[in-house]
Amino acid sequence: MPEFQRFSYDVLVIGAGGAGLRAAIEAGAAGAKVGVVCKSLLGKAHTVMAEGGIAAALGNVDDRDNWRVHFADTMRGGQYLNNWRMAELHAKEAPECVRELEAWGALFDRTTDGRILQRNFGGHRYPRLAHVGDRTGLEMIRTLQDHGIHTGMEVHMECTVLSLLLDGNRIAGACGYDREKGRFQLWQAKAVVMATGGIGRAFKITSNSWEYTGDGLALAYRAGAELQDMEFVQFHPTGMVWPISVRGILVTEGVRGEGGVLRNSEGRRFMFEDIPDSYKEQTADSEEEGWRYTQGDKNARRPPELLTRDHVARCINREVKAGRGSPHGGVFLDISWIKDRLPKSADHIKRKLPSMYHQFKQLADLDITKEPMEVGPTTHYMMGGIRVDGDSQMSTVPGLFAAGEVAAGLHGANRLGGNSLSDLVVFGRRAGRFAAEFASSNGTVTIDEAKLQSTATAALAPFDRGPSGENPYQIQYDLQDTMQDLVGIVRVETEMQQALDGIEQLRVRAERAGISGNREYNNGWHTTIDVGNMVIVSEAVTRAALLRKESRGAQFREDFPDKDAEWGKYNIVVRRGAEGEMQVEKRALAPIPEELKAVIQEMK
Amino acid sequence: MATSATFRIWRGSPSSGEFQDYSTPVEEGMVVLDAVHRIQAQQAPDLAVRWNCKAGKCGSCSAEINGMPRLMCMTRLSDINLDMPVILEPMHAFPVLRDLVTDVSWNFRAKKTIKPFKPRPPDAPDGTWRMQQADVERVQEFRKCIECFLCQDVCHVLREHHKHEEFIGPRLLVYAAALEMHPLDTEDRVSDLRHNHNIGYCNITTCCRQVCPESITITENAIIPLKERVVDRYFDPLKRLFRIL
Repeated sequence: MPEFQRFSYDVLVIGAGGAGLRAAIEAGAAGAKVGVVCKSLLGKAHTVMAEGGIAAALGNVDDRDNWRVHFADTMRGGQYLNNWRMAELHAKEAPECVRELEAWGALFDRTTDGRILQRNFGGHRYPRLAHVGDRTGLEMIRTLQDHGIHTGMEVHMECTVLSLLLDGNRIAGACGYDREKGRFQLWQAKAVVMATGGIGRAFKITSNSWEYTGDGLALAYRAGAELQDMEFVQFHPTGMVWPISVRGILVTEGVRGEGGVLRNSEGRRFMFEDIPDSYKEQTADSEEEGWRYTQGDKNARRPPELLTRDHVARCINREVKAGRGSPHGGVFLDISWIKDRLPKSADHIKRKLPSMYHQFKQLADLDITKEPMEVGPTTHYMMGGIRVDGDSQMSTVPGLFAAGEVAAGLHGANRLGGNSLSDLVVFGRRAGRFAAEFASSNGTVTIDEAKLQSTATAALAPFDRGPSGENPYQIQYDLQDTMQDLVGIVRVETEMQQALDGIEQLRVRAERAGISGNREYNNGWHTTIDVGNMVIVSEAVTRAALLRKESRGAQFREDFPDKDAEWGKYNIVVRRGAEGEMQVEKRALAPIPEELKAVIQEMK
Repeated sequence: MATSATFRIWRGSPSSGEFQDYSTPVEEGMVVLDAVHRIQAQQAPDLAVRWNCKAGKCGSCSAEINGMPRLMCMTRLSDINLDMPVILEPMHAFPVLRDLVTDVSWNFRAKKTIKPFKPRPPDAPDGTWRMQQADVERVQEFRKCIECFLCQDVCHVLREHHKHEEFIGPRLLVYAAALEMHPLDTEDRVSDLRHNHNIGYCNITTCCRQVCPESITITENAIIPLKERVVDRYFDPLKRLFRIL
């Protein structure tokens, strides 16, 4: 019988990125005894990768901005599939959450009168993103970490969570093991906040870090929670494609904002050839006009390279598939051409895009002031996730809360840049507060010892199968290929059916995974667990994408290329059936109150 | 570029270990971490390596590559002589957990001994502060730190003399500097820096600054100004005289 180290908390937070840390701080402040379990070392979570900024209608740069404009922008971006209550709360509470970060030591860039500076970003009507150069996420996570460690939370670093535990219908904690020694751990808790982030690692090309294997989604799903909007995976149009080692790493939208242009192998600016009718009015009709826009000419319209992320990503994809791509399977993104327009252009580029200059110089040995980059779409963000109550962030499992990328609702069918960091603090705070409240108003839980033992036994099975079992790394690679090729940017029924067959085979293989060595920091073992989670998440994405027979936001169906007003009335919900089968169904959107409808109308 | 390379990787546990050679195909554009992953996937599935973002932003994959403390994800194979085996070792300043993974938990414990941020009261009635960009930038340099602990690894006070219980090392001196120079902070850490964190142990060899992947000017911009604060308070001859009087 495997032994468990036992810990007991009021609130257990799983995940220590921005949302998890913010939840832990809030729950602690409410008097709860808080435990935090995370997959990496503290402060390494994927939040560190966020660049652009945190969206909040502070109105420091343009005083016309307020929560109503931010709310309407977020709903428009999400194509009105958003949970309206979350979009409302987010817009209202983000400014306060940004000021809170400053009170805890965050140092945002400043306006000339000494306030927090805000920058423009796609889809936001006014300059709204508080930022620290291009490393806003690092500033945020370090601020929360350095504040959090003095609030009494107990942190269990580098742990794998194997299962959530239930007491009847109610959450009772979680169990897993520490990677260092492979010792089993039980974290009993009256409430659990899930804050494990996204699923990017289910795809071959992604801007996401290693941790993003959809653990929280799979754990919650197995515990009976409903998932929602799983078909909406955001592909960012510009990731690095070469060298292979860095394929997927983000190339910021700022390159195009500074005048960078996209060209195919024939040297054509192909974005001019496909401008959606709804954007014709706002898009430049000549290269000259586009250039003037990037240089701040308010009378010029934006170049087609700055159309929405989903559209640019699809255009790049089309060029590559048509054989007009760059040598390594992307297209060319060229900022160096501005030397024809600007004196001292190399210095200008280095000053405006310092991290991009260094990223390419260091990793690709390429000087972006002299040569074009090669870029292609990269899996970037999961809009879908655990279905939660808009106010409390509680899932359909009593006592199980979710915040951040792992939760669904705020972003609907597509997320605006900058809304992810504000999501973390606004809903991390709410989840922490309501989890603490749930813990104090509900009694202690009983642990299901049999479940604990069976979980541990199952987790150790890959050692019994040994090296003759399936190689977990290979299963992971094959799954990534399947999702990349068949459920990617352009989706079609036949391919997704094929993906489902492939995922089923991978599920079977994952159950036969075998590993060598012992339990101490064994990456192969960790991968067997990750792969099981990724299989569930991949199936959910595929089934939801199959059911939604329209193109909207991040989902593009080649066989249903248009938006369908009827589909605009529903979210898709995924849950585990009584027999363990995956159920997918349409769920009508909650009606929007009249006063919020009026806000949306007013801002149209 | 060579088509294959040998990696001499330290494998072992806290009690014992040895170098093992792995040959693996290499291609243009690969970094050391790619080669390690390839070896892990094909030859040594239980090879322990800590990594996360693979973009030089999280600071997880610190190791010693041919004796130099570096991030494995940011070290290109084309910058290494592949005619010889590439030697990969865990960081030396921390206890080994397994293979390339070390126990860096001391850094997290030591950080807690530094007094946290304590802001002055807000400047404006709405509870906000005013700061100038120039004042903010000085501290922003320190806040670029990704906590890879390579500076700690190379610091001889920790690496050779194992003074972990007495000295906080360059990373945490940078952290202390970021707090001390924060435009809003009102806390006083100078006494701690002298008596508990023993900033005097640092003899400014600048090894830490040379290995910083974020190019933070650790020695000159962070440590020396802190040393000056300590000296001003405790060793200024005039002030000493006044104290005696």
